Amino acid sequence: MPRSNALAFFLVYLACLVLLGATIGVAHLGLGALNPVLNLSIAAAKAFLIMWFFMHLREGSTLVRLVAFAGLFWLIILFGLVLTDWLARSGGPLG
Amino acid sequence: MSRSGAVAEPFTDEAQQHEAATLGLWLFIASELMLFGAIFLGLAVYRLADPAAATIASDHLHLWLGGVNTAVLLTSSLAMALAVLAARAGRPRPTTLWLLATAALGLMFLVLKAYEYRLEYLEGLMPGVGPPFPLDRPVELFFNLYFVSTGLHAAHLTLGIAAVGLFAWRTARRRLPLPEHATRMEGLGIYWHFVDVVWLFLYPTLYLI
Repeated sequence: MPRSNALAFFLVYLACLVLLGATIGVAHLGLGALNPVLNLSIAAAKAFLIMWFFMHLREGSTLVRLVAFAGLFWLIILFGLVLTDWLARSGGPLG
Repeated sequence: MSRSGAVAEPFTDEAQQHEAATLGLWLFIASELMLFGAIFLGLAVYRLADPAAATIASDHLHLWLGGVNTAVLLTSSLAMALAVLAARAGRPRPTTLWLLATAALGLMFLVLKAYEYRLEYLEGLMPGVGPPFPLDRPVELFFNLYFVSTGLHAAHLTLGIAAVGLFAWRTARRRLPLPEHATRMEGLGIYWHFVDVVWLFLYPTLYLI
């Protein structure tokens, strides 16, 4: 299994700082509906880097990775069902 | 494999114990994700229900303070990750120093956050206390969610700082033999990084969108 090293950690850190700069920059561009999409994508990229490297998922077994993904999967169910209900209601953005 | 001193009762070897400990921590993280997830869902529904109020409220937050705090937390995560590397290498002294750096950066985040809360208190944005709320009623709901989410995050960070401090003290006093107990350090790291990841989503959700 791949072992972590200090250089990889430092590169992950630098990448996260660059992404932080990008997210603040994007917020100032006034992109309208694209703004949340880009900002949350950048946050997800940072979160993935931290989970994969700092939280050792890169070294983890398939079982550990599955449990980590399951947390995310349940969150998708929570958001998916609630937002489907919300968006489909009359008076909502789609209705 | 022979049992070394760090392998506890039900486990036959270190690899099995490491797998079980990591799995348990990720299960805990998954339950934490449900807790914070519900708050994020509340923020999302609020924003869909009243986008104008959300924008007004978001503009009243101190974007640069939040940005600096994000950088502080990212740096603390790097220090925590390096502490785990030092622990695996069986070097207690650098482990202690990286842990102290992690705790110090965590404290710095809390100090900046407290300063930000003070500014918001003086502007009357804090619900229930201080000067009267200066904006419309729907905007006030955003600030309720803001204080609940950032407050819950700060509480998690406070616990994290206490845990990191305890590990630093135990490592410095050689009460935590390394690298035998590096798995515990990894567990501490997973919790610390999770608190960082929560902030990575809170920052754009509250300040930037």
